[in-house]
Amino acid sequence: MIFRPDHKFTHGAETSKMQIEGLNVHIAGQHILKEVNLIIPDKRITCVIGPSGCGKSTLLRSMNRLIDSVEGAHIEGKILIGEVNLIDSGEHLTELRRRIGLVSQKPCPLPMSIFENVAYGCQIHGIRNRRKLKMVVRHYLEAVGLWDEVCERLNAPATSLSLGQQQRLCLARSLAVEPQFILADEATSALDPIASRNVEELFVKLKNDYSIIMVTHTLRQARRIADYVVFMYLGELVEAGLASEVFDNPQHELTKKYLSGAFS
Amino acid sequence: MKSLCIFKDRAAGGVMFFLTIASILVVGAMAVGLVVKSMPLLESRPLSELLFSSEWKPLRGEFGFFPFLAGTLWVTGIAIVLALPVSLLTAIYLVEYARRRVKSYVFPMLDILAGLPSVIYGVWGVLLIVPLAGYTLLTGGIVLGVMILPLLVSLLVEIFSAVPSSLRDASASLGATQWQSIKKVVLRKTSPGILAAVVLAISRALGETIAVLMVCGNLPEVPHSMMEAGYPLPALIANNYGEMLSLPLYEAALMFAALILFVVILLFNVTSRVILYRVEKKFAL
Amino acid sequence: MRAKFIEEKTVKALMYLSTAIVALAVVSILWTILSKGWGAMSWDMISKLPGGGFYIGKEGGFLNAIVGSLYIVGTSAVLGLLVSIPVVFYLNVYLRKSSRLGYAARLACDVLFGIPSIVYGAFGFALMIYFGMRASLGGGIVVVTLLIIPIFIRSMDEAARDFPREILDTAYSLGATRLQTIRVVLRQIAPGIATATLLSIGRAIGDAAGVMFTAGYTDSIPTSLSQPAATLPLAVFFQMTSPIKEVQNRAYAAAMVLTLIILVLSIGGRLIMNRFSKNKLS
Repeated sequence: MIFRPDHKFTHGAETSKMQIEGLNVHIAGQHILKEVNLIIPDKRITCVIGPSGCGKSTLLRSMNRLIDSVEGAHIEGKILIGEVNLIDSGEHLTELRRRIGLVSQKPCPLPMSIFENVAYGCQIHGIRNRRKLKMVVRHYLEAVGLWDEVCERLNAPATSLSLGQQQRLCLARSLAVEPQFILADEATSALDPIASRNVEELFVKLKNDYSIIMVTHTLRQARRIADYVVFMYLGELVEAGLASEVFDNPQHELTKKYLSGAFS
Repeated sequence: MKSLCIFKDRAAGGVMFFLTIASILVVGAMAVGLVVKSMPLLESRPLSELLFSSEWKPLRGEFGFFPFLAGTLWVTGIAIVLALPVSLLTAIYLVEYARRRVKSYVFPMLDILAGLPSVIYGVWGVLLIVPLAGYTLLTGGIVLGVMILPLLVSLLVEIFSAVPSSLRDASASLGATQWQSIKKVVLRKTSPGILAAVVLAISRALGETIAVLMVCGNLPEVPHSMMEAGYPLPALIANNYGEMLSLPLYEAALMFAALILFVVILLFNVTSRVILYRVEKKFAL
Repeated sequence: MRAKFIEEKTVKALMYLSTAIVALAVVSILWTILSKGWGAMSWDMISKLPGGGFYIGKEGGFLNAIVGSLYIVGTSAVLGLLVSIPVVFYLNVYLRKSSRLGYAARLACDVLFGIPSIVYGAFGFALMIYFGMRASLGGGIVVVTLLIIPIFIRSMDEAARDFPREILDTAYSLGATRLQTIRVVLRQIAPGIATATLLSIGRAIGDAAGVMFTAGYTDSIPTSLSQPAATLPLAVFFQMTSPIKEVQNRAYAAAMVLTLIILVLSIGGRLIMNRFSKNKLS
């Protein structure tokens, strides 16, 4: 169980269940996601699998509305977090995004020092107290197992870290704003096997406190860590369920073929 | 047959090498030419007197450049102060917020603004700004400010577009508003580039001649406020060169004016270009 | 927490305002020049040379300036192309990407691009005095050519840099020498050459400070390179400073002609660019 330092952004109870209803996404006239209905379970790892171009990444980018920055993207349907619909959240969007962390495919440190990278989100949300920031930074760097490696050089530019370290730094940065969800878009694909394993283990540890949604290309990784699996094909959600059931006893013909390696 | 081809290839290479070297040498030739030409003046007066004396009386052999330096600094300063905020905001808008349709209107406008000749800006200044602000440094600054807008905006747009979108996504996913991401990530990442763009714009403004000449009033005295007339360096050259060259040292004095412009602009340009190359390289991963 | 939304909105409003200022500047300049010029325009203006008493308001036009500008711009554009195409080809085909010479040459061009035309003019005129020449069409052409070569090289180089290396490799593998690839390269960067030419012509035709001393001014059309030549920007500049209304009107008419030429050039350039790079906007 990860201890949370006492900086609270939100008041009252927060739910970490995400409910997607009738989600359709068009980009420049193309129908990328078709009628997706999905419930993301609380405090589990949900892996989204499927061949490339099936809409996995678009689904992920819809969940925090980063899809908005794509020219010509149009989104309809509902993504409910508690009572709020992410799709027409207006000014609440930034607050909702805070609750949904993102770890991207390639580690993406902001152009600042290691310390500032982790503190950035807190500062964005109005925490200025230096002592408190220090505490938060230390706490989350420890949570991702980076503290011992970087405590001597917190003011060095974040780009001076190795790729694996950068990815864990990005994870710490996401955690520092206290999200309930973590979206990971092939978060280990740019890393070497050891760093990749480190991050994977971290996710397993984190699922006690966060709902993790992970897009992955490697079936083996999904088998290792997924609690739930979602299989997508050509923009449609084909099958979703408990990992053990989907992997051992797939219901749909396409899923069977995909899992047996007939296409990828 | 083949050996002829290879010979041609070599020969053409030689010619092209020569042309390339020549284009580099032009810079040097200019420097040498201007120095040689202004030598008579430089030999007869100490540099400090030339730069800081306010007495400009060529007939009596007094050549103090301070009024012109002051005039140049005033108009350039006003131009940058006016143009920088406008172009920063416009460039941010175009890169971060504007839809494709808006861009397809604004970019051609910037093209036109960039293409219009100096003399047209001068006519516009005389017809529209002079009635409001008179033949003053302020008018010169306003006209000059509009003239450097397209340069600044297009440089800044290029710089901002080079920032990878993954950085913006990372910041947005932490719950930052778009402006917060821009302020803390994009502007921060591009600050050397922005500085270089500003320096480049300053050097463009320093050399502008005709438009400024038409609206500034051209009074060879040290100005004390922006509502007075002034006489920037390029205007001095344009207005007087070719006349009265029989006057002792007068030609050397005008050449010295050109030399000052050349040196300052050369320094500014080299610095900002080198910075911009670095910025470009850093982003091109 | 509300503060950040207020800030977002304020900044966004300021951005709209700034973009509006840019648009307003364009519209106001074009409107001022075109409306003033339209009132003063007549067929005589662009078809006649200045007559007797032209500068005290008698009849005549500024055909001399139009023709002078065309002479200077046309010749320097051709000369500029002849010099800059080999340089760009050398930079991109003969030299490696990391070449020091290439770096120096590009830097030199960028620097030359930044040197104001008044310095070119003064330098050119000093040279001409040294060689005992007077202000002439030839002198103007030389200075304007020097002025636009950096523009040519810069913008063509940019087009050539995106040139796919595989095409060169294909040509080499067929046994072509580096020189023989020039046809392929030229065809590939043709749109770049076209936009570069339009840009350079625009700069050349609008430049006043460079030709002021070197080309001089005259009321007749030059018949040889050693005679002085009038130019459009100087026609605007000189007549603008006249106290006589009719003469000023001619300045406005000349300004309109100049502006229209620039408009055609810049719209043309935009069209070429859009045509050849459909998805690129900037």
